[in-house]
Amino acid sequence: MSIRAENLVWKVGSKTIVNDVSLIAKPGEMLGLLGPNGSGKTSLLRLLAGLKRPFSGQVTLDGQSMDRIRRRSIAQRVAFIEQHATTNANLKVVDVVKLGRFPHRSMFSGWTSDDDAAVNNALDRTELTAKRNDTWQSLSGGEKQRAHLARALAQSPKELILDEPTNHLDVHHQISLLRLVSELAVTSIIALHDLNHAAMFCDRLLVMQAGKIVASGAPEDVLTSALLRDVFSVEAHVSPSPYHAKPHIHFVR
Amino acid sequence: MTTETIRSSSGRQSQHLWAVVALALGSLAAIALVVGISVGIGDMPIPLSTTYSAITNRLGWTMVQLNPIHETVIWEYRLSRALVAVFCGAGLALCGAIMQALLRNPLAEPYVLGISAGASTGAVAVVILGIGAGTLSLSAGAFAGAFAAFLFVALLSNGARGGADRTILAGVATSQLFNAATSYIVTTSGNAQQARDVMFWLLGSFGGVRWPEFALVSVVVGLGLIVCLFYSRVLDAFAFGDEAASSLGIDVGRMRIILFALTAVITATIVSMVGTIGFVGLVVPHAARFVVGPLHSRLLPACAVTGAVFMVLADIASRTLIPQQVLPIGVVTALVGVPFFSIILYKLQRAS
Repeated sequence: MSIRAENLVWKVGSKTIVNDVSLIAKPGEMLGLLGPNGSGKTSLLRLLAGLKRPFSGQVTLDGQSMDRIRRRSIAQRVAFIEQHATTNANLKVVDVVKLGRFPHRSMFSGWTSDDDAAVNNALDRTELTAKRNDTWQSLSGGEKQRAHLARALAQSPKELILDEPTNHLDVHHQISLLRLVSELAVTSIIALHDLNHAAMFCDRLLVMQAGKIVASGAPEDVLTSALLRDVFSVEAHVSPSPYHAKPHIHFVR
Repeated sequence: MTTETIRSSSGRQSQHLWAVVALALGSLAAIALVVGISVGIGDMPIPLSTTYSAITNRLGWTMVQLNPIHETVIWEYRLSRALVAVFCGAGLALCGAIMQALLRNPLAEPYVLGISAGASTGAVAVVILGIGAGTLSLSAGAFAGAFAAFLFVALLSNGARGGADRTILAGVATSQLFNAATSYIVTTSGNAQQARDVMFWLLGSFGGVRWPEFALVSVVVGLGLIVCLFYSRVLDAFAFGDEAASSLGIDVGRMRIILFALTAVITATIVSMVGTIGFVGLVVPHAARFVVGPLHSRLLPACAVTGAVFMVLADIASRTLIPQQVLPIGVVTALVGVPFFSIILYKLQRAS
């Protein structure tokens, strides 16, 4: 296992946001996290990335409790892409991507050829090489999102946690981002709203409702008409796609 | 990677090194020039060559015969004053840049955490109420007041862990509280002359500073700059907010406390020495960012140099704008600062 959560609970005031969640992400798999708005997806991802301390329960990385790992050591292997991260600083794309090298550099070490290679590779994979010297304020929403992904890739992570990364992207970039993530040799946990995309690209799905995980397993086992009705309150027909064998959801008007 | 690219990258690095050295020398020359001009200007004009000789004489490099009055004026009054202005300008600009980075707010400045309000309360407590009469100087009172305000802000914002917005709100509330305390003391206990003295002190003046002040402010600002440069990459990593910084491996709470405390020490030292000189810490970081970009390894030195030059020029202006009268330095910096501030506001409005 790479990331494992045991009985996580997270509260804001007296309101329980994440309620007794346990999960295991196997090395290299792409784990999709589904659920309606306010079901606790973002909070769960923050707990898994070690950005918040759970109220109770724990997160482990290769069996070691995250509480006992230094922030910097976590950042050397876990990259996190949050929703709506923006800045008023007018950084260049390449400077944003270079931030990903931060956990790998000591206070005094200079910029190495390894760092250069990681940054160039990340820019390349996200199709941003041509935009490397463009400034942040001049980017479109989709380019900003890809720059965040490039920054996360430059971090050379073993685990990649993404909170609705396909927001703001056009359909071409949605598909290419998901394809890119699914082809990476990293464990990824990704919150998604588009159920068909989740079915196409994720190895396994978790469905959250009101802070709890209510279903988990392969897409074809999880995505059923009954679940869509119960959790998302939509009527839909689910059938195997003739094109990729994964389930496809036809929503009913 | 091929040998070709390695050679070109090491060539780039040595080129980069030379550029840094050239910029550093150029900056020092610019600072030396404005200091020389500042020393020469006053009721008794002194030519630049005399100033140069007086300094090299004192350092034991030359033995040029000079008017002893000139030498005394240069050494005892004007040079120390100009050099204090250099370090105060550098320090305030540096603190402004750090505040703007940590609070992610373009309108943040060194006094946003209530330092100036606290300093004024401390100063009036000593001058008007006579607390610590005789043993405590106005500067010591101001320093104590500034730190009291800073600690109060830290307490209100949950040890600076509460996030940028909460820290700013805590700073505003604390400033209001301490300003009210100052006004209360001045109106209930002060006479007209004391009120005027306090008013003048608050607007800032390099009038009373000599070599001991220079020694203190140069050490504090010099060390502050070195420590901040050490953390310049950390400041860069705050660009996308606390959570992003945390996911890059930064202990956000600890870093904020260290950097806030550092700016508090620098700002409190400057304020307790020369009063509340406004706008330098707000305006200079924006001007420097416009030229060298947002990365802090460049921005911080650029702020220090620009702040230093700006402050010396402001000091010259304060002594020459009105003949036979010295304007408070805070009035001059604000006269330049407010138009600049309006431009920033205008651009921000357009951007959103």
